[in-house]
Amino acid sequence: MKSEKKLSTITLSPHLSPLTRKGCDLMAKTFSEINKKIKKGNAVVLTAEEVIKMADTEGISKVAEKVDVVTTGTFGPMCSSGAFLNFGHSDPPVKMSEVLLNDVPAYGALAAVDAYIGVPAISRTKGMDYGGAHVIEDLINGKEIKLVASSSGTNCYPGKYVETYFTLNDLNQAYLYNPRNAYQNYSCATNSSSKTLFTYMGILMPNLSNATYCSAGQLSPLLKDPYLQTIGIGTRIFLGGATGYVAWEGTQYNTKRKRTEKGIPTGSAATLALVGDLKEMSSDYLRACVMYKYGVSMFVGIGIPIPVLNEEIARTVCIKDSEIYTDIIDYSVPSLSKPVLGKVNYEELRSGTIEINGKKVPTASMSSYKKAREISHILKEWIVEKKFTLTRPVAPLPVEREFKSLKIITREEVKING
Amino acid sequence: MAKGRFVLSFPPSLVGEPLTYTLVKNYNIITNIHRAKITPEEEGRLVVEMTGELEPAIRYLEEKGVKVEPIAREILVEEEICVHCGACVGVCFSRALSLNTETFEIKFDREKCTLCEFCLKACPVNAISSKF
Repeated sequence: MKSEKKLSTITLSPHLSPLTRKGCDLMAKTFSEINKKIKKGNAVVLTAEEVIKMADTEGISKVAEKVDVVTTGTFGPMCSSGAFLNFGHSDPPVKMSEVLLNDVPAYGALAAVDAYIGVPAISRTKGMDYGGAHVIEDLINGKEIKLVASSSGTNCYPGKYVETYFTLNDLNQAYLYNPRNAYQNYSCATNSSSKTLFTYMGILMPNLSNATYCSAGQLSPLLKDPYLQTIGIGTRIFLGGATGYVAWEGTQYNTKRKRTEKGIPTGSAATLALVGDLKEMSSDYLRACVMYKYGVSMFVGIGIPIPVLNEEIARTVCIKDSEIYTDIIDYSVPSLSKPVLGKVNYEELRSGTIEINGKKVPTASMSSYKKAREISHILKEWIVEKKFTLTRPVAPLPVEREFKSLKIITREEVKING
Repeated sequence: MAKGRFVLSFPPSLVGEPLTYTLVKNYNIITNIHRAKITPEEEGRLVVEMTGELEPAIRYLEEKGVKVEPIAREILVEEEICVHCGACVGVCFSRALSLNTETFEIKFDREKCTLCEFCLKACPVNAISSKF
């Protein structure tokens, strides 16, 4: 009977949340059991790299039995990031509709002294050299930021213009809210044309002279739990050097991407919306960056703990670079759908050279594996030192979600469709 | 045979002179031009690696009015700023910049650097500068 029960775990659809599956798996653990062990100081916590080594020598079953938590990490440029700020009211109060922070426009159409500074916003005076990401980094580093805000004035907000300087400490609230982070895999970019391309994937030299990639691979959070069985809304994480939370599914979340036998999507798939207190973050793990001739972005350090709840999760946390494949995309085609030139795994990508159409092509990473590794170790330390416990998701992330493209239609077509 | 890398700066009046040709033909110098920039009304500048009997070749250049400066170290990667992403590696065709496959840190091999300065543009955090 027992073996039957165990079999049923394996045949269950991976889409079903393991949260409802306790009792099916002989080795199954729960979040609260793991948290009790963390508090007692006897939880077994390994980084994703360490658990891969353990699986190589001891096998997946031992991992399921012995390991409680696997820590992950990633540190790549994530443009869809930004921060909500509340400035407090001036006297007389001003409804801050137009907001400039060090000459970078922030979104001010919120009430009344709230603003959202988006990472890719660029300076009105310095252009791409300074943007929203730099404002956020300067804030974290305690620098004074120039605020210029204006509006037409109302009875309740009679002031029309305010100009002042503030630091992060002066703000009532400052929290990072990133609508799209922690991409579950991303395609490898190359360029078959005769012209150099300047992209968010870096400088792509002509005639397939280089290929760039941007994932922490075997360390990357969402690749270690490919069906998001343990990560959901409310999951506590490492974000920018502080604790943060998963707020929602990320924008452009996509479950339709093709997967390998191991369940790994072979291109961009799931994403996360993340939130965390900017006042606790460090520029070691949140860094402004500029992609030449593309624009401003921000390296965001993220680490997510994966509880090894059962053998299936033990298997996915042990998936290594050589088993994680991504599509090689030709960025020289200037349309939404770009040709796929092949498939490559992260072990090959990290070796420094891959082969495309029979040609040896040097590779370059856009995200820092060194930092990703560092983050996985810090998160491990936090858990081992009982500073960080795991959170059972308040709600799961979508199991089915299509990433739709924008249809361009005319007013007449609206009428026909309606 | 000696080998060295030099920055040759020459006035507009010398732009028409086939200096490199003379170096090869008359002085038996193996030249490898890394970078050349000549703008009207300005000084011309050539970054070149020369192999051969350098002394007479340099004397020739200086007599012609060319300023010859040996290159010591010019591309600087600032450890404090670098996040070791690897963006610079993709544009470095001399393979002077590489990512260590154990530590995943950026390594810079000055000997291989051809001073193309592509890495300055490719670095997302402005950690690379040039003393050129």
